[in-house]
Amino acid sequence: MNGAALSETAATPAVTRNAVRDAPILRVDGLRKRYGTQEVVRGLSFAIRRGECFALLGPNGAGKTTTLRCCLGLIDPDGGTIELVGEPVPKAAREARVRVGVVPQMDNLDPDFTVRENLLIYGGYFRLPRSDLEARIPRLLDFAGLAGKAATSIRTLSGGMKRRLTLARALINDPDLLILDEPTTGLDPQARHLIWDGLRQLLKQGKTILLTTHFMDEAERLATRLAVIDHGTMIACDSPRALLAQHVEPEVVEVYGEAARTWAESRGRPLATRLELAGETAFCYANDAAPLLADLATHAGVRYLHRPANLEDLFIKLTGRELRD
Amino acid sequence: MNTTSILRLPRLSVRFVPVWRRNLLVWRKLAIASVLGNIADPLLYMLALGYGIGAMVGQVNGMSYVAFIGTGMVCQSAMFTSSFEGMYSAFSRMHVQRTWEAIINAPIALDDVMFAEWMWCATKAVMSTAAILIVIVALGFGHTWLALWVLPLGFLVGLCFGAFGLVMNSLAPGYDFFTYFFTLVLTPMLLFSGVYFPVDQMPAWLATIAGALPLKHAIDIARPLMLDRVPDAIVLHIAVLAAYALVAYYVALSLTRRRLLK
Repeated sequence: MNGAALSETAATPAVTRNAVRDAPILRVDGLRKRYGTQEVVRGLSFAIRRGECFALLGPNGAGKTTTLRCCLGLIDPDGGTIELVGEPVPKAAREARVRVGVVPQMDNLDPDFTVRENLLIYGGYFRLPRSDLEARIPRLLDFAGLAGKAATSIRTLSGGMKRRLTLARALINDPDLLILDEPTTGLDPQARHLIWDGLRQLLKQGKTILLTTHFMDEAERLATRLAVIDHGTMIACDSPRALLAQHVEPEVVEVYGEAARTWAESRGRPLATRLELAGETAFCYANDAAPLLADLATHAGVRYLHRPANLEDLFIKLTGRELRD
Repeated sequence: MNTTSILRLPRLSVRFVPVWRRNLLVWRKLAIASVLGNIADPLLYMLALGYGIGAMVGQVNGMSYVAFIGTGMVCQSAMFTSSFEGMYSAFSRMHVQRTWEAIINAPIALDDVMFAEWMWCATKAVMSTAAILIVIVALGFGHTWLALWVLPLGFLVGLCFGAFGLVMNSLAPGYDFFTYFFTLVLTPMLLFSGVYFPVDQMPAWLATIAGALPLKHAIDIARPLMLDRVPDAIVLHIAVLAAYALVAYYVALSLTRRRLLK
């Protein structure tokens, strides 16, 4: 993505900016939401500071999207308070959304319009003057790598282009906070990297980002802080590095194949700090993997991989291995 | 979303305007086809039925048969256009394209979106009413300033059937669902409201039932206007249409809130 300066907040007087900088841009306190008898969000609290990228991580059905919908004032919570860009939500949700940009989980660009018209029409929903929009749109298209596509129909865009246009659309009102719900789900690696580049540029310009994802590499690359939620409650919340240090051993040896289980039970278990078996793979977590590796070297038939611990290990440790639907 | 927030009264604001305008801009892209359909369809019906059947029946209620079905078709067309818009087109925007979802992420509430859709249904009804009025006038009937009052009448009919359509939309799992509305509502409405023959030609019990149909009240207003007469009981007819429109819209809004805001 191209890095033209998109932020126009620099024009705001410095005094006002400092005054609002300390207040969280989004504060969620004791949020609860129930569907029928099932409580999907159970007392969730977090606060997002200006300029950070905050990731909500959780398995399917953990309550991520419900939390976002509550924050935007689209659904009424059953308990707790939300303050978005200084406005109480849901009471003043519409006012708050003036200063928020949203990239939804599923593309919902307007198929009847061209690329440029999509931005123009969406800007109209914010009641932005046409002249402002005309000035802003070329920069946004440039940012999204769609500069030559202004007159193109949405129907002919690739999945990656649609995502980038959706991101550009979310920036049409020059928002203070950008909310992205699984922004790169369904994209190929090239397209994902392009989106990540764009998001990093926005962070550099001082935008605040809230994103949900279940891609650990996405959170690892972008998030300044992340919250792991499951069954509607927060399990952990900190910087990726601090969370790893706190919850997971630094080194991992993955052992594969039919022999993995027997090796792990007999040899691996005493050498590893923690051992997990999943199918035909043994995950050995250790503060020092050297003894494990030395032993594996004597077992010629066993395949293995030695790597540093990552967020996926953290995620699995905190939310378990069983499948969610 | 709890029951009280689903059932609360509509919150109106001028923020519906850009949403209404969006629909207008899409329509403009296909305007020629749309206008042609609006004019060609009723023209063909009026020529075929009006002159074909008209040759056999002569005058009906003091007007030629072509003029008779012409005024019926003004209302029928407003009914079909707005029902169609409230069902198929609204469903595409709400469910298939997720356009509404995109809009309510902007500072526009679902109440605004629904109001815009409702107004758009009525706008389309006025467009088709105007098209048929032009056909009727071109065929040499309805040469009276009073006839122009069918345009606001078309708007009211559009509000009524647009709201019915939006009720169906709020319940629809897919496009097929709308077939029920055609079979159970629009077809009986078309046959028993006096579009093609006077209601008093039917048995008394059937005529009584017809008296409850909104389309009949619309036609009772439209026909005299074409003959340069102020309709009888005009307040009653308008009140019936408005009551249907308001109640149906409130039901549609509540059901749509239940469907989307959860």
